[in-house]
Amino acid sequence: MASLYERLGGEAAVDAAVDIFYRKVLADDRVNGFFDDVDMEAQAAKQKGFLTMVFGGPNNYTGKDMREGHKHLVERGLDDSHVDAIVELLGATLKELGVGDADIQEVADLANSVRDDVLNR
Amino acid sequence: MTQLKYKDTVYTVPDGSSVLDTLLDNGEDIPNSCRAGACQTCLMQATHGKVPAAAQNGLKDTHKAKNFFLACSCVPQDDMEVCLPDVEKLKFAATVTEKNKLSDNVIELKLKTDEPLKYYAGQFVTLWRDDVLGRNYSLASLPHVDDELIFHIRLIENGQFTGWVADELKVGDRLHVQEPVGDCFYTQGNPEQSIQLIGTGTGLAPLFGILRDALQSGHTGEIHLFHGGLDASGLYLHDMLTHLAEHNSNFYYHPCVVHANEGMASNIIEADLLEIVSQTVSSPAGWKSYLCGDPEIVKKLRKQIFMAGSSMNDIYSDPFVYS
Repeated sequence: MASLYERLGGEAAVDAAVDIFYRKVLADDRVNGFFDDVDMEAQAAKQKGFLTMVFGGPNNYTGKDMREGHKHLVERGLDDSHVDAIVELLGATLKELGVGDADIQEVADLANSVRDDVLNR
Repeated sequence: MTQLKYKDTVYTVPDGSSVLDTLLDNGEDIPNSCRAGACQTCLMQATHGKVPAAAQNGLKDTHKAKNFFLACSCVPQDDMEVCLPDVEKLKFAATVTEKNKLSDNVIELKLKTDEPLKYYAGQFVTLWRDDVLGRNYSLASLPHVDDELIFHIRLIENGQFTGWVADELKVGDRLHVQEPVGDCFYTQGNPEQSIQLIGTGTGLAPLFGILRDALQSGHTGEIHLFHGGLDASGLYLHDMLTHLAEHNSNFYYHPCVVHANEGMASNIIEADLLEIVSQTVSSPAGWKSYLCGDPEIVKKLRKQIFMAGSSMNDIYSDPFVYS
């Protein structure tokens, strides 16, 4: 059976998802405060890396990267509710792209697997 | 902490500090401008030690291969030995052929390089007064059409470089141009795509180059150019652009000011640039957008256009940072 990443459509799927996902994130008042002063172009590249990872694609993230990358956000109040919102927006993005519920759940599981590192605990 | 050797001295790099900051703090004279990894004025070369990948973002492969890097973006992970590159190889000698006043505070400068320079309209170069003072300017000229390089130089109060251009530089003088960089330019292959060009102040220079490139290339899709100024005197190419719009059915010019002047031309709108853009092109999905000028406005435009449905990859902006 094809891997999750292959089923979703590989890099092309990530490219299709990144704009939709990032637009949802910026429009969502629960989480967009964390993205106010970031460089959008650099952020889009990071979103692409994140989506590749949760789609089960090739990535080099380590728990340490995740901790360091989000430390300043945890200091600003990043908590479980924000991670929940991101997972929700991720699901809505995939639904919009016609991905089935079972695959969406698998993506959500991958996203949740880094939750503790992201929240530095 | 790592050690940094420059010329014959070894300096200690404080944790998290860049090569540029370390050398400047120790009184070394290193050319620099944007300090944000964009302008490439602080280009250096590593003769020993590993160059972090982040310090080579945006450099050409040929430069990466020679261990060139940007000093402002280089936080050494290992001990390094660095030098200034042999910039004479990257710089082109040029002669001033014309200097015209486009408005009260914008000068048009035309230069002819001794050897032809390869570039795309809309890219930017560093102009060097001497070995130390360099500033970035976008190219308003079109290769293959214009014999000279054309720049729009906004006079900045007490500006070291612009003051020199305004008061001292004259026709016949020599200066240096460092090779063009940036990916804010017209690309062939999609002549029907709609384009919006949006800029403030002398952010118009690259947009003017891109516009002429598109028209010259036979672009058939709509092209909208929005130029924002504080008042009508800031719309320094108003007459020429109005004329171009009258003679090209697919080109639309939207001059826009914050403050209306008595008796200003009837096509100028007094309104917020961002609002005019969103009213005129309400769904930019599938459009290509070029944004230049005031960094705060460019940032807001980028977000507005992205949220209105444009793909991030279709939004180009001048990475140029004013200093």
